Amino acid sequence: MKLIEAIIKPFKLDEVKDALVELGVQGMTVTEVKGFGRQKGHKETYRGTEYQIDFVPKIKLEVVIPDNLEQKVLETIARAAKTGSIGDGKVFVFDVNSVLRIRTGESGEGAL
Amino acid sequence: MNKKSTYKYLLFLISVVLLLSFAAPVFGEESGEAAAISAGDTSWVLTASALVLLMTIPGLALFYGGMVRNKNVLSTMMHSFIAVCVVSIVWVLWGYTIAFGSDISGIIGSFEFLGLRGVGAEAFSGTAIPHLAFMVFQLMFAGITVALISGAIAERMKFGAFILFAILWATFIYSPLAHWVWGGGWLMELGALDFAGGTVVHISSGVAALAAALVLGTRHGHGTEKMAPHNLPFTLIGASLLWVGWFGFNAGSALAANGIAAGAFVATHVATAAAALSWLVVEWAYRGKPTALGAASGAVAGLVAITPAAGFVGPISAIAIGVGAGVFCYGAVLWKSKLGFDDALDVLAIHGIGGSWGAIATGLFASVGGATGLFFGNPGQVVIQAIGVGATWVFSFVGTFIILKVLDMTIGLRVTKEEEVLGLDLSQHNERAYS
Repeated sequence: MKLIEAIIKPFKLDEVKDALVELGVQGMTVTEVKGFGRQKGHKETYRGTEYQIDFVPKIKLEVVIPDNLEQKVLETIARAAKTGSIGDGKVFVFDVNSVLRIRTGESGEGAL
Repeated sequence: MNKKSTYKYLLFLISVVLLLSFAAPVFGEESGEAAAISAGDTSWVLTASALVLLMTIPGLALFYGGMVRNKNVLSTMMHSFIAVCVVSIVWVLWGYTIAFGSDISGIIGSFEFLGLRGVGAEAFSGTAIPHLAFMVFQLMFAGITVALISGAIAERMKFGAFILFAILWATFIYSPLAHWVWGGGWLMELGALDFAGGTVVHISSGVAALAAALVLGTRHGHGTEKMAPHNLPFTLIGASLLWVGWFGFNAGSALAANGIAAGAFVATHVATAAAALSWLVVEWAYRGKPTALGAASGAVAGLVAITPAAGFVGPISAIAIGVGAGVFCYGAVLWKSKLGFDDALDVLAIHGIGGSWGAIATGLFASVGGATGLFFGNPGQVVIQAIGVGATWVFSFVGTFIILKVLDMTIGLRVTKEEEVLGLDLSQHNERAYS
């Protein structure tokens, strides 16, 4: 099993979610986060004073999937989250050792 | 995006304004017949003018600002603030003369008062107040009408596009309509009753809101995402300030400190109280709980509905008009949610429907000040009122639709999806309301 962690633009969340659900992904976890990569931040202006805000709002999306879905999920996220402009985000992939479904006690891929 | 071209339009307009201001002669050449001016009337109308400004800022700005999400509150409040600024200049330069210059074929006013030439301290015809006092009272009306429309386009319109829209709408829709109803135009000749602006202000802005919601399209996430109001105390304070300011709007429309003004004041107050209660009761029965937003909305619906009738009805009729307003406007809000267009802050349901009910109700209940309605033996008045309502719906809808389509095709109306999700406060103004 793999944990896919995607950092994406907030306004792309709906498209990514819908595309993943269509692939058969059963659930996901989403967090509002802040950070920066190459894009850097935005400006805020109050009267004459300008503030450079380095950390840009982003969405962190986490989803655990069976190994055989890895390529498809990566392609889907890359397609749905892409605008082509700077700041589209990144996707990280981790190995997952085990899963336990709390309600039923199931483990392994059946618990996803 | 189209920022460059927006700036060009604005620069062009500013230069036109400057040119006109040099061309217009300085007013005040009139000697003024002091005898014709009443100090009491003048002080009341000037006070009333300030009260109407209070309705827009901060009243309407807070009423609307509280209902949007916290990423759009500055943008929404700026719409009211900037509508006042823009429309005030338009009104002085050419709006007033289009509305109140001497009549041309019942359609618009002549350009005799362009740049307020000849508008001075002398008494305005048929009143004992200075012409300038009448002009500035009307200016405040034009300002709030444009600000009202902003509720429909909240959370998604480019700021520059809104400014241009305000200029065009005040010029091509509001000013001619004000002429039709108050400036000697064809509806006035027909005998349509509109004491303080049910058609000119409320139906016109409510219907323009419908056209704007249709042209702009729905907000991203409309119907699927939670778009709950971010600060209902703002909205309640805003509604309360609207209520206070509305005494200037309605009682001030008597243009004198007299019994008609007192009657309009009382009618306004009781209709508002009745409407807030009736909205609440219907909501309580239908949804199980009476809400604060319901009370605020009902009060505004009552204020809208009594506006055309205020000087023509007694207090008991005013209560009936208020009760009707609460019921009809609440129904309209529910009905809208089934139709799927995104009039974000319910301008159509409250101002369009409330204003239409008020205009018709004026034809039913009028009994004071020489006007008589259906219930007092003059059935013809209802027909005239219906013509006024129908004409305003058609004119405002078609005109607004054309203005917005033209703007959409030239400079574009909407922010990008990314800017919309980020919020208009940051994307349009580089600011956040709460940090």
